[in-house]
Amino acid sequence: MEDKNTPKLNRRSFLRVMAGSAATATAGLTLAGCGNKAETQASTQEPPLDQMTYRTNPNTGDRVSILGYGMMRLPLEGGKGSARESDAPIDQEMVNRLVDYAIDHGVNYFDTSPAYCRGLSEHSTGIALSRHPRDKYFIATKFSNFSPQTWSREESIKMYENSFKELQVDYIDYYLLHGIGMGEDGMEAYKGRYEKNGLLSFLKEEKKKGKIRNLGFSYHGDIAVYDLLLAMHDQEPIWDFVQIELNYLDWQHASEINPRNTDAEYLYNELVRRGIPAVIMEPLLGGRLSNMPDGIVKRLKERAPEKSVASWAFRYAATPPGVLTLLSGMTFMEHLKDNLLNLAPLVPLKEEEQQFLENIATEMVRLKTIPCNDCKYCRPCPYGIDIPGVFLHYNKCLSEGNVPLAPSASDYQKARRAFLVGYDRSVPKLRQANHCTGCGQCNPHCPQRILIPAEIQRIDRYVEELKQQKKHED
Amino acid sequence: MLKRIRTLLAILTFSLITLLLLDFTGTLHTWLGWMAKIQLLPAVLALNAVTILLLAALTLVFGRIYCSVICPLGIMQDVVAHLHSRVKKNRYTYSPEKRILRLSVLALLVIAIAAGIGSLVALLDPYGAYGRIVQNLLQPVYLLLNNLLAKVAERAGSYAFYEKEVWLRSLPTFIVAAVTLAVVAVLAWRGGRTYCNTICPVGTLLGYLSRFSWFKIHFDEEKCVGCSLCTKNCKASCIDYKSHHVDYSRCVACGDCISKCKKNALSYGHPRKAAPSPSAAPSQPQTDTAKRAFLVGSALMATRAAMAQVEEKTVDGGLATIIDKKQPKRATRITPPGSQSLRNMQKHCTACQLCVAQCPNDVLRPSESLLTLMQPEMSYERGFCRPECTTCSEICPAGAILPISKEDKSSTQIGHAVWRKETCIPVADGMMCGNCARHCPTGAIQMVRLQENKEKPYLMTPTVNEEKCIGCGACEYVCPSRPLSAIYVEGHEVHKTV
Repeated sequence: MEDKNTPKLNRRSFLRVMAGSAATATAGLTLAGCGNKAETQASTQEPPLDQMTYRTNPNTGDRVSILGYGMMRLPLEGGKGSARESDAPIDQEMVNRLVDYAIDHGVNYFDTSPAYCRGLSEHSTGIALSRHPRDKYFIATKFSNFSPQTWSREESIKMYENSFKELQVDYIDYYLLHGIGMGEDGMEAYKGRYEKNGLLSFLKEEKKKGKIRNLGFSYHGDIAVYDLLLAMHDQEPIWDFVQIELNYLDWQHASEINPRNTDAEYLYNELVRRGIPAVIMEPLLGGRLSNMPDGIVKRLKERAPEKSVASWAFRYAATPPGVLTLLSGMTFMEHLKDNLLNLAPLVPLKEEEQQFLENIATEMVRLKTIPCNDCKYCRPCPYGIDIPGVFLHYNKCLSEGNVPLAPSASDYQKARRAFLVGYDRSVPKLRQANHCTGCGQCNPHCPQRILIPAEIQRIDRYVEELKQQKKHED
Repeated sequence: MLKRIRTLLAILTFSLITLLLLDFTGTLHTWLGWMAKIQLLPAVLALNAVTILLLAALTLVFGRIYCSVICPLGIMQDVVAHLHSRVKKNRYTYSPEKRILRLSVLALLVIAIAAGIGSLVALLDPYGAYGRIVQNLLQPVYLLLNNLLAKVAERAGSYAFYEKEVWLRSLPTFIVAAVTLAVVAVLAWRGGRTYCNTICPVGTLLGYLSRFSWFKIHFDEEKCVGCSLCTKNCKASCIDYKSHHVDYSRCVACGDCISKCKKNALSYGHPRKAAPSPSAAPSQPQTDTAKRAFLVGSALMATRAAMAQVEEKTVDGGLATIIDKKQPKRATRITPPGSQSLRNMQKHCTACQLCVAQCPNDVLRPSESLLTLMQPEMSYERGFCRPECTTCSEICPAGAILPISKEDKSSTQIGHAVWRKETCIPVADGMMCGNCARHCPTGAIQMVRLQENKEKPYLMTPTVNEEKCIGCGACEYVCPSRPLSAIYVEGHEVHKTV
């Protein structure tokens, strides 16, 4: 551990100097003055139009906004957010407004996938972006051929070509192999999806033709696949960027929270070592780093009363200089505005602030929430369970102190009622944990590698205990 | 004064008993449960000697005040009649008793009880009739209001109210309830206590006792000027002002006549002399009605207090559609723990729907078969008979569901689970499941290897140990097979302890 830390610090401080100069170069002389102003900005303020921080992609020289727009949590019609409704169509008018606003404020990186939003995201993104000049934005989309029925060369290429059609473009700026390392057997899935069908060579060809400007991959799961792909790069450079999950919880605690996962610190350092820019996903852990227990909120607010809780997470993830952009799935205008206020311009975290967040992270780990980010990859469950709905409710109750363990606990009845009544409110009865068959079809889809049926059934047992007012045994 | 006390008590009972029948939270019956248990016919069927004797004594002392202040259907008739009286005053006339009709209905009830025709008993019980009206027609409105509050509470982040699904449990029972309401209401609108005094067997029965009651309405013939106001305001049509005759089998001691009489010729008390005779009429000392009324009131209160003691995936997101479950055809119906046997249920229940209205797990619903029409039975499409709940056994006033402890309940076998192989997920879809075994509270379900699928040797299917199964329906409820569960419960005619 010791020798792992020391070079990291060196590398980081070295890079910070590099990035600092780069940022000054891009943001011009105003940066220093603005930095102070941003510190005191209230979240109610209107975000500035021309203060976005940009990072430069060393391969193509693209100036990419530090805030990237994730198109995975697009708003649905009826103002229900993107949370748990099933059939509502995407609110295209709102998507257009959000995209226009983002572009006006300097955002130029838009990340989608053929799988997002029940397969509707690419189409919607295409509509919104095609209303702007093509050189105003970079598009990132992915090879989301998770299902074995799409592993064949023909099926996969069909998916690839369809992305161009949906997005209404003739080249894609950033193209990713989606979710490398995921699946029952991450290595097997990778080989089936990209090697055996010759797709990787196909993509290299496409890049030569200029249809793809940057080739990369997004990673979740089996670290062996990550290492393999980077080893390939060492042989013959192939990756122009890599998308990883990075935030102050995952930096050093990902493997502690789930031993099947790898700390972001390792992932990031591997990229920096090779000079590959990192695109960051889940800077906010699907909202888990903004919707936090009162005690933690208080500690964060004490330090920056006028800043949102989320602002810490964004600044944290954007601070490492090897980061090209960070993706945020912004459903509502408030999300977008708050993010703009925090990242246009970015005020990098100080060493001491990072240590502060590390302390917060340690406290978060102690809560033992389920590391679900509500990405809904697990859905639809063939038996109709609202898996993220169950997890989110459980997490919410954990952070609100409504998961009592014994009837003798003080406030037991109140907490019990809050848990059970809230449960029925958040998840319809027939979609609750007790209807999980344990078939395990969800498992390979979880980017966080949660053992879903095991966790669902654990919650179910807990709910039974609550209903029967029994003491918790586990 | 008598009228005022009667009205006050009636409003109190009526609203409280209605509230009891509306409640779905399982909390009110702790305080109000006794109100159902003092209803006469359920008490008779429950062989609740204390209640029966007290009610008999009450009637022998005060007359048929049971019908005025305890029976909710009786009070409902008064409410309807009162509404009409506000429009049209002095509208009643005296009519002679329809004795043959009354006696035949009473005889019919006795025969129905003896023959165990539960549906007919249920149809004739006034309290049961009122319960059905409330549960079928009023509770849905109550629930909708509650759900509105729940929505508001949800917005406000409060857990004070929670949503409860509104659903029609049985169409035939709903229709019976609606028709009962219509018939009773029309009769009451037109003739006051017509239903109560010509059809209701409980009214007939109490009428026999009230003839001999100690306190009665009686005339002071010297004061009476024959103005007919008493007759015109008697909703029981039982006062003949011409002959100064009161039919005590129909008088419910409501006190309307007393308050209408301008000459104070009518009073409620023990007649000093036998049946009014035209001769010798020494001026009676003025009865202290207020004092009497107070006595009535306190006697009623005392009775009440006493009663209280008695009681494949390519994209992410979206949700699979879940189709509704269908009720399986059960060879034997299931009745709740505490009901002891189908026969006991059939013989005692007057189908007041109190248990149906209160079942927190949406398990109970009225039967639709002819002999047991409207009496509760169980099915597990919306929930199962949860181990920690004994609500129905606590509230049943008729002895159809007898009190049972949680411990006894968990060892009472009301039925047993039956496996339907062809729809079971591991057989039909080749997927792992075992949800029934995971949720069986008694461990009666064990998973065994499915021998026939050689490709997937890990598949397991459930087996039921009938000796341990109690028929709670947890397996049936959580079974993912839809619309028919692959494991369902067959009822037992007689419950037994395992």
